[in-house]
Amino acid sequence: MSTPFRVAGHGRVDRSATLAFTFDGTAYTGHPGDTLASALLANGVHRVATGITYGRPRGIVAAGVEEPNALVQIEAPFPEPMLTATTVELYDGLVARGLGGRGRLAATPDPARYDAKHLHAELLVVGAGPAGLAAALTAAGTGARVVLLDSAPECGGSLLGTREHIDGRPAQEWVDAATRRLTAAPNVTLLTRTTAFGHYDDHLVLALEKRTDHLGAAAPRHLARQRVWRIRARQVVHATGATERPVAFDDNDRPGIMLASAARTYLHRYGVLVGRRATVFTTNDSAYDAALDLADAGVEVAAVVDARPTVPERLSRACAERGIPVHAGHVVTGTSGVDRVSRVHIAERDGRGARRHGVDCDVLLVSGGWNPAVALFSQARGTLRHDAGLATFVPGGPLAAVRTAGAADGLRTLGACLADGIAAATAALTALDIAVAPVPVPAADTELPHPALELWRVPSPRDGVDGAAQFVDLQRDALVSDVFRATGAGLRSVEHVKRYTTVGTAHDQGRTSGILASGIVAEALGTDVADLGTTSFRPPVQPVAFAAFAGRDRGDLFDPVRVTALHAWHQEHGALFEDIGQWKRPWYYPLPGETMDDAVRRECRAARTGVAMMDGSTLGKISVQGPDAGCFLDRLYTNVMSTLKPGRIRYGVLCGVDGMVLDDGTVLRVSDGEFLLTTTTGNAAKVLEWMEEWLQTEWPELRVHLTSVTEHWATIPLVGPRSRDVLAAVTDGLDVTADAFPFMSRRDTVIAGVEARVCRISFSGELAYEVNVPSWYATSVWQALYDAGRPLGITPYGTETMHVLRAEKAYPIIGQDTDGTVTPQDLGMSWVVSRKKKDFVGRRSFGRAENLRADRKQLVALLPVDGHTLLPEGAQIIATETIPAPPVPMLGHVTSSYRSAALERTFALALLRSGSERVGETLYVPLDGRTVAVTVAEPVLYDKEGARRDG
Amino acid sequence: MQLIPCPWCGPREETEFHYGGQAHVPHPEDPAALDDEQWARYVFFRDNPKGPFAERWAHTAGCRRWFNAVRDTASHAFLSVYPVGAPNPLGDGSRQGQEAGA
Repeated sequence: MSTPFRVAGHGRVDRSATLAFTFDGTAYTGHPGDTLASALLANGVHRVATGITYGRPRGIVAAGVEEPNALVQIEAPFPEPMLTATTVELYDGLVARGLGGRGRLAATPDPARYDAKHLHAELLVVGAGPAGLAAALTAAGTGARVVLLDSAPECGGSLLGTREHIDGRPAQEWVDAATRRLTAAPNVTLLTRTTAFGHYDDHLVLALEKRTDHLGAAAPRHLARQRVWRIRARQVVHATGATERPVAFDDNDRPGIMLASAARTYLHRYGVLVGRRATVFTTNDSAYDAALDLADAGVEVAAVVDARPTVPERLSRACAERGIPVHAGHVVTGTSGVDRVSRVHIAERDGRGARRHGVDCDVLLVSGGWNPAVALFSQARGTLRHDAGLATFVPGGPLAAVRTAGAADGLRTLGACLADGIAAATAALTALDIAVAPVPVPAADTELPHPALELWRVPSPRDGVDGAAQFVDLQRDALVSDVFRATGAGLRSVEHVKRYTTVGTAHDQGRTSGILASGIVAEALGTDVADLGTTSFRPPVQPVAFAAFAGRDRGDLFDPVRVTALHAWHQEHGALFEDIGQWKRPWYYPLPGETMDDAVRRECRAARTGVAMMDGSTLGKISVQGPDAGCFLDRLYTNVMSTLKPGRIRYGVLCGVDGMVLDDGTVLRVSDGEFLLTTTTGNAAKVLEWMEEWLQTEWPELRVHLTSVTEHWATIPLVGPRSRDVLAAVTDGLDVTADAFPFMSRRDTVIAGVEARVCRISFSGELAYEVNVPSWYATSVWQALYDAGRPLGITPYGTETMHVLRAEKAYPIIGQDTDGTVTPQDLGMSWVVSRKKKDFVGRRSFGRAENLRADRKQLVALLPVDGHTLLPEGAQIIATETIPAPPVPMLGHVTSSYRSAALERTFALALLRSGSERVGETLYVPLDGRTVAVTVAEPVLYDKEGARRDG
Repeated sequence: MQLIPCPWCGPREETEFHYGGQAHVPHPEDPAALDDEQWARYVFFRDNPKGPFAERWAHTAGCRRWFNAVRDTASHAFLSVYPVGAPNPLGDGSRQGQEAGA
């Protein structure tokens, strides 16, 4: 298969090997070292995509990451959307197609691995072009840890695409020698195919390494496809180069219109001619390099159109030698062509389109000047200043630990870039007190180019709306006329214009369009672009796949899963699980054929009439130890804990300084100097941190230590009127009678050979015990209890049944029945607030006027009048049967709602304004367009007198 | 990802820390002696300056210790860190209108 535009004697691709690929359904070939873009151009393919809004044909504009146009979708070996053809390395079997702005995510999970690595260094150099290589070489000799990154598969940067010389030899020889030296240096980490995409606080630079993308289907499965490097460097040098920018003119989006430097790169790096007959449109000297190199390689250069009134003598002579017509003081006013540019219209710049004439060509190479790549520097909070000579924005000066070098610094000659790289590395290391031996600057071109002309766009010679066919952002299909509409609407800031027009918001982050847009806005407003500035540069500099950010944190590793020591038993016995924070808790244990309602009803009945057991191990547990532990707890809990006798237990509530309930739980006095308290499952870490806060910041004089023991103890509530029988059966000689083992006390015993702490605590109102054993022995103790209970029909139950049982008794769940605006009094728990203690956290707030209002929201029960409607949790409560016109006065909301086996009806808990005064009233809950009548009741619905507690 | 200099562990990434709000706002000795407004000042009111600010931080994913720091709220730079109980490097006047903490 022939590749007609490949030219002999140029390029770094390996012609000895051929790669087959398919684009838009057509089979082509290329070579190792090609990008998809260079391989397409070698086959004469320019049209690769379609404009997103207007559907116009689009071609390849650039040769690197700045590509605004040539977006492709890879279909095989694995679908990946929205890649630029200029950065996709060619591999055998690649199947891709051009995009109209939107890609398609894979419908199947990505089988590739992604990972992340941390790296620490004294000096990070971003970019391995001439300045970056010079900087890294300078630092390599000091022994300091150096990291050098480059997006390309090999070092060299711009040198790969030009024909320059260093020390009198082709620059590539210097690049090869530098690469060898850096690769061999033990203190240097050289990462190619690695793009720094964000510069964050304290010089954390994130970079994406594409490790196996270029191998296609041949990529080894055990290697991470992409890796995010988290590089923390003490000094950073951005040698990120510069990006050529275009000029806007009519129909500037046709395939075949590209950046002049890109055409030069395709020739020198890939051995590809971008066309047969070229027109060059420029505002500066650099496009002449492309014109002359292309002419020397056999391209007919039909015209050089230079917007400057005079052309430098050296350049006009070189053009004359090659027979290239030069049109000084001229501009391109428009183009013609169907799927590709076929003719360029030029006219005198100050002639307002008069004496327009056409030049036939198949490519138009444009250069509107160069923009230093300052996105990373700007993210590092570096400032920019406008440079009139360069007609662009350049770094304002180095920061304490971040500096720019080379073309990123606004330098325009190879010699100056090399010297600047050496100077930047020297300055960076000197700032770290690392001595740097003087490094000689390699000899290279230092002849400054002639001044560039600042030209953002060529006014439209056509009738009608100016700029309506001039594209500022090719990817967003945003026009010059859109920018004018924005300024016409009164927008004055480029940030606002960016959002109004979407210029600069595409995958390329406005690399080629951003400063162009600033210039056009300045022109429209009649202001100086220097005062207008640029839009902010934000990470990521280049699109990064979510999979790369996720790295290994996918699937089972996405979030840690916490399971109790009894998890396997629950799984074997058919439990379904509920996520409570990171915990997996048994939700209910359906028998074959049972619905959730069936299972929960059965579990509830067992707990109320027989015996049931659950896994309560996820309860937060905090050991509080020290001589002042009692005093400490008195200051935090609303009731008195210091008077607890060892072996006794008390329920307690914690409030914030605002008097709102923070958490609740039980406090067991283990010994004089040791308490064990429990917290709500989801609040354990928060409560421990909160207690540490008071201890460390307010009362450092208290001799108290806090330790989480949540995972040390397995906790098994044994619940129901027959629980005493089960406990008696598994313990030898423990007196389980109510008198000998009273409510809220603890006994030590041995169960299944394991020392156990048994507490008489009830979260259901039933006679109940809480068996605590070291987690290691949880399963054997659980099994012993289960076996002993089998003759009595012992039933394992989950969180749903636990909720029903506790709600029937109006025991609140903090965070479900409360929301940070609820006091103990609102919950009907004034009894838990000590009147004797002088102070505790939050006490003073109970006396605030707001907290004394009679119309606070208070916890009540709601009984649907029909007896069977299950109110949704979160449902609002209103006073009238019909829903009034908005705004509807809301009286409160449902916090918990269940079906009760014991009550043989549905019921709910709710926070209701003036709730305790409304007991007995009928209110309404809107549901599915109607209202449900509910009766307000005292919150405790089951066993109000507490008769069941002792069995 | 900012580095925060924990006085005990050295510089660590910010995700290891929890913010604890304004420092040097002690719990009043005798809350019962305060009227509602004085108490509300302690509970609800905090300074919000642009510039150096004395704050509390906790190294929750590290040593679990609380410490104080002066941070520039405009640049996020940590200007100093110091132990709980040490005097406010910004002086006593930084908490204006704070009668309750006296």
